[in-house]
Amino acid sequence: MASAPSSVIKPDHAASRKHMIFTDEHEALRESMQAWVLKEVTPNRHDWEENYWPDSILKRAGDLGFLGLCFPEEYGGQGGDYYYSLVRAECLSYSGCGGLNMGFAVHTDMATPPIHLLGSEELKQRYLPASIAGDKISCLGITEPGAGSDVAGIRTTAIRDGDEYVINGSKTFITNAPRADYIVLVTKTDPEKGHDGITLFVVDLKDDDGNPVPGFSVSAELEKMGMHASDTGEIAFEDVRVPVENMLGEEGKGFYHISWELQGERLVAAAGCVSGAERMFERTLEYALEREAFGRPIGRFQAIRHKFAEMSTQIEAAKQFTYATARRFANGEYPVREISQAKLFTSRMICDVADECIQIHGGYGYMKEYEIERAYRDARLNRIGAGTDEIMLEVIGRSYGL
Amino acid sequence: MKICCLVKEVPDAAVQKRINPETKRLDRSGEKNLNPFDTHAIEAAMQLKEGGDVEVDEIVAVTMGPDSAVRALHKAVALGADRSLHLTDGALEGSDVAATGYALAKLLESESPDLVLLGQQSDDGECYTIGAVVADHLKMPSLTQVIKMDAAGGKLTLERQAEYGYDTVEVELPAVISVGDAINEPRYPSLKAIMGAKKKPLDTKSTADVGIEADRVGEGGSRTAVLEINPPPAKESGEIIEDEDTNETVEKIVAWLDERKLI
Ligand SMILES: Cc1cc2nc3c(=O)[nH]c(=O)nc-3n(C[C@H](O)[C@H](O)[C@H](O)COP(=O)(O)OP(=O)(O)OC[C@H]3O[C@@H](n4cnc5c(N)ncnc54)[C@H](O)[C@@H]3O)c2cc1C
Repeated sequence: MASAPSSVIKPDHAASRKHMIFTDEHEALRESMQAWVLKEVTPNRHDWEENYWPDSILKRAGDLGFLGLCFPEEYGGQGGDYYYSLVRAECLSYSGCGGLNMGFAVHTDMATPPIHLLGSEELKQRYLPASIAGDKISCLGITEPGAGSDVAGIRTTAIRDGDEYVINGSKTFITNAPRADYIVLVTKTDPEKGHDGITLFVVDLKDDDGNPVPGFSVSAELEKMGMHASDTGEIAFEDVRVPVENMLGEEGKGFYHISWELQGERLVAAAGCVSGAERMFERTLEYALEREAFGRPIGRFQAIRHKFAEMSTQIEAAKQFTYATARRFANGEYPVREISQAKLFTSRMICDVADECIQIHGGYGYMKEYEIERAYRDARLNRIGAGTDEIMLEVIGRSYGL
Repeated sequence: MKICCLVKEVPDAAVQKRINPETKRLDRSGEKNLNPFDTHAIEAAMQLKEGGDVEVDEIVAVTMGPDSAVRALHKAVALGADRSLHLTDGALEGSDVAATGYALAKLLESESPDLVLLGQQSDDGECYTIGAVVADHLKMPSLTQVIKMDAAGGKLTLERQAEYGYDTVEVELPAVISVGDAINEPRYPSLKAIMGAKKKPLDTKSTADVGIEADRVGEGGSRTAVLEINPPPAKESGEIIEDEDTNETVEKIVAWLDERKLI
C-alpha cells in the first residue's frame, strides 16, 4: 500500500453499521419506531414500573401498525418479512422498559403466530385483526406450577365432551395473563401420553363485557425480581368450555407446534438481548467518560477501558450470530441448534454486560436512579424464560446424537 | 389545491459535520437522511388535507439534489406525499442559496402549486432563506417561522413566531410558507407507508426540462464565493461566582448584569 499521507486509510468508527440482512425499508421502519419509542414509551418507563404498562400504549402501537409488522394485510397486518420482528424487538428492548418489551413480544411474537400458522380461517379472522389493532391482548400458557422445562409433563387437561372440550388445570408465570382477553393454551387431550398427548387451543378468558369466562380465574398476580412493568399471572381453569373449532393445528401434535413457536420466540429474545445490552453499554460509556477518579475519567483507566472492549466484542458477536441465524430462519430453514445457541449466548452476554455495567458505575450502579440496577434485574430473566440455559444446552448437546 | 413541499437530503444528524477544505463545501459523504425540519412541512400539508377545510388534491414532494436524494423523497412520500419530483443535474453542483432558490423556483413553476411549504432551515446549510428566495422568483407572498396554520374560505390564517409573541397573518394563495418545528409533531410512518413509497410516481427532471439557464446555477452561476474557512473564535471562559453567602452572591450577580446594562 502506498505511504503518501493522502492515501492513508483511517478507520471510521462512526460509519453506518447497517447489517446486510436489513434493507432501507427495515431501517426506515426502525427510525419510525425508534422515534415513537423514545417519545412515547421511554419517558413513561418509571411510571409503568410502578403501575404496569397501560392498555392504551398497546392500542397506540396498533394504530401505528407496529403490532402487525409481519402479518399479511388481509388480517390487518403490514405484510413485512420476519426481520421486522427483530427490528420491533430491538426498538422496544431499547426503550428501557423491559416489561413492556416482554408483554408486547408475548402478544406479537408468541401468542399470535401460532394462530396465524395453525388456526382455521375463522379463528384467524376472529383473533388476528383485533390483536393487530391492539383491541385484544393475548397471552401464551405453557408453564405450570408442576412443569416448566418439562413441557411434556404438563397436567392441564382438555377432555372432549360433544362439540366442546372441557379444560381443567392451572398455569403459572403467564405474562399478560391478568389482563389478557384470550390465551393460546397448551393442554393434554390425552393425559396418558407424554409429547403425543399435547394439543393447543385458543381460549377466551373474558366474555364480551370483559368479565372472566365461567370457570376461569386469576389466582395470583405475581411479584417479580424485575420486569415490573409487566403483569404476570397464575391462572386456574375449572371446567372451562371451548368449542372444538378453537383447536390450533392437530390434536396430539401440540408439542411440535409449540416447539416451532419457541424458535421464533427465542430469536426475538436474542435480538432483544443484543439491543438491551447496547443500551446499557451506551449509558455506561457516557458515565465512564464523565465520572472522574484520581484525576481522570474512569473510562481512561485501562482496567475500565478493557471492560468496554470485552463487552462490545461480546455484544457484536451476539449480534452477528443472531442475525446470521435469523437469516436462515427467515429463508425457511429450521436451524434449531443455532437458534438455541444464539438464545444461550445472548442471554449470558446480556447478564455479563449488566454485571459489568453495574461494576463500572460503582455505588451509583447499585442505586435506582441510574437505572442500571433495573436493567440488571430485567436482564436476568433471559437465562430462564423461553427455555433455560440448561435446556438450551440440552437441545444443543442432543443435536449431536448424544 | 396542490401543495408542493420542498425537501432536502442532508447528512444524518448522527454524522459529525465537516467542511472539505479543498472544495470549501460541506462534506456530504456518509449516512444521509431527510432534513428533519422538512418533516414538519409535510405534516402541515397532511393536516391541511385531512382537516377538510380545503380540498387538497395532491401533495408533491420536491427536491433538488444528487441521485441519492431519491431516498429523501421516498421518506417524504412515506410521511404522506402523493408523488415526488427530483431535479438532478451535474450543472447544479455547487449552487449557492440564490442559485438553488432560482432552480427550485423554475422547477416549481412547472407544477403551478397553490401552496409551497418548506421547513424553517436545513440541518446542514442552515441558511433559513430558501423560502424567501423561491417566493421572490415565483412572485408569491412569503412567510417564515409559521407555527399555526388554519385554512378557511380560500385564505390561510397563520401564526408567525415573532421576537416577542406571535403575528397573526392572513395570506392569499398562492404563497410560499416556511414552517417552524413547533407547528406540529410529524407522524410515525407505518411499514405499509414505507413499503408503498417506492411505488408512488417519481419524476426526474434535468435543468433543461424546466428551463433553467445554465449560467445562473452551479458554482459558476452562484453569486457568492467562499474565500476562506475559519473556526469560530474560542469562547472566553465565563466568570464563576462561588456561592458562599447568598446575599453577597446575589449582589455580585446584579452588579455584573448592571455593568453590562442587562437590567
Ligand atoms: C417473568 C416470567 C415470565 C414468564 N412468562 C411466561 C409465559 O408468558 N408463558 C409461559 O408459558 N411461561 C412463562 N414463563 C415461564 C418460563 O418459561 C419458565 O420459568 C421456564 O421455562 C423454566 O421453567 P420452571 O420455572 O418451571 O423451572 P424448572 O423447569 O423447574 O427448572 C428449574 C431448574 O432446573 C433446571 N432443569 C430443568 N430440567 C433440566 C434438565 N433436563 N437438565 C438440566 N437442568 C434442568 C432448569 O434449567 C432450572 O435451572 C415466565 C417466567 C418468568 C420468570
